[in-house]
Amino acid sequence: MTTLNATHLSLEQIGISFTRSGRTTEVLRDVNLKIDKGEFVSLIGHSGCGKSTVLNIVAGLLKASTGGVLLDGKEVNSPGPERAVVFQNHSLLPWLTVRENVALAVDKVLKSKKSKPERRDWIEHNLALVNMTHAAEKRPHEISGGMKQRVGIARALAMEPKVLLMDEPFGALDALTRAHLQDQLMEIHLRLKNTVIMITHDVDEAVLLSDRIVMMTNGPSATIGEVLTVPLARPRKRLELVEDPTYTHARAEVLEFLYARHAKPAIAA
Amino acid sequence: MALGTTLGRVVAAKREGARAPLVTRAALKGLVLRIVPPLVVLAVFLLVWEILCQRPGAGLPPPSRVVTDAWDIIVHPFYDNGGTDKGLFWHITASLQRVALGFTLAVVAGVLLGTLVGQSEWAMRGLDPIFQVLRTIPPLAWLPLSLAAFRDGQPSAIFVIFITSIWPIIINTAVGIRNIPQDYRNVAAVLRLNAFEFFAKVMLPSAAPYIFTGLRIGVGLSWLAIVAAEMLIGGVGIGFFIWDAWNSSHISEIIVALVYVGVIGFVLDRLVAGLGHLVTRGTATA
Repeated sequence: MTTLNATHLSLEQIGISFTRSGRTTEVLRDVNLKIDKGEFVSLIGHSGCGKSTVLNIVAGLLKASTGGVLLDGKEVNSPGPERAVVFQNHSLLPWLTVRENVALAVDKVLKSKKSKPERRDWIEHNLALVNMTHAAEKRPHEISGGMKQRVGIARALAMEPKVLLMDEPFGALDALTRAHLQDQLMEIHLRLKNTVIMITHDVDEAVLLSDRIVMMTNGPSATIGEVLTVPLARPRKRLELVEDPTYTHARAEVLEFLYARHAKPAIAA
Repeated sequence: MALGTTLGRVVAAKREGARAPLVTRAALKGLVLRIVPPLVVLAVFLLVWEILCQRPGAGLPPPSRVVTDAWDIIVHPFYDNGGTDKGLFWHITASLQRVALGFTLAVVAGVLLGTLVGQSEWAMRGLDPIFQVLRTIPPLAWLPLSLAAFRDGQPSAIFVIFITSIWPIIINTAVGIRNIPQDYRNVAAVLRLNAFEFFAKVMLPSAAPYIFTGLRIGVGLSWLAIVAAEMLIGGVGIGFFIWDAWNSSHISEIIVALVYVGVIGFVLDRLVAGLGHLVTRGTATA
């Protein structure tokens, strides 16, 4: 599976500690992960295990205490649009319309790459990609949670990122909306071949979407416990996979890891 | 007033629930419900005042005499005999000009300082205690100092407006900036917005509801301060007009001028509130 050519994104020996009122807690220790171009990787683990911390370090929003992140061989230690983030609670600016939210990103990030009319087209293209053209003039509080998240995805994709970072993007949505957005995300990923790191606590979501599932141990000093490759061919169809032995096997593996070997201490007790 | 408005709206909304052609009548009814109570209260107040001040030897004139005494200045607000002998319109215009200048300066300086204090922990630690002390100084206490510094009434009055209205603007802006959700900061970081873009595109709109609260308090305070300051510095202005009327024992003119002061203070407050409402449409419902 792993190829010998240079890794696209590499997390090397990442560790991070937080000091709060004199007490230092080590949240992550020795997190090592190599991700290839175009790969879809999920991070799964119990809440509080530091998945979001890993993502924030890759995004550059948090600084690792030890180790670092290499993107195409270069170290990254500050946030930037080549590692676009889809935030858990959409983080759209409420005083801007849907189109303006995407435009803010496009006009800033692609200023030197595209001319003004090109940027206009690119904004519309990305709104169309997530089927939000009809609500482009609406403000975030006028649209549903699922729509907001779609705009968040459009904004991130519009930055033409090398890596798309998604922090529980569908966590706050109802099951039907979530399934719909997962399908849309798979379709987009298939078309654009982005490299994606997604945090989730939903086992089915992880198996359905990912090429590899990274399972994290419980904190403190959390690290990667196991990495599971999901050898399912794409495009994947939700309904066909329900009975697929590869799918059910992968699902069982993840559940086994989460609830048998690394059950949350509070739950295990 | 605010309570009255809200009640009126609630009533109007309830009526609208009944649907269709009744809407205009319901709206009309809401309007009546909003306007009638203050009119009734005003009428009762004037009546009591009239009765109390009717007796001979009363210190203040009854409303009927106020109108007859001050009829000249009520019907001729635009006369101008040169010097300070001008109609009320000119006095009020002069006062409003001072407020406009002083308040504008306070808005610019207040929002910038407030942003600094809200954004930088160090600036907050250093400046906040000083602000907390300075803001308790009564507006007029600044006047002698500013007269000494500027050696002229006009800039001194403007400075008093400035120094009076700047504190609530600074403090509210700082709170607004400190309350910018981390999410918005993260978005700005990922987009690599520079300091100026971040200020204009994220900080100002995000803190706008807080800033406008500060502006509303500030404009009220500056209107309070200008009347007092003008009594002392003289020249054309509504404060001077009141002081001049007192010196010439024209009590009725004072009362008319006070009505003007009150109404204009109210209008200023509503103007800033309305502007805030307009600007923060999106943010308030975040």
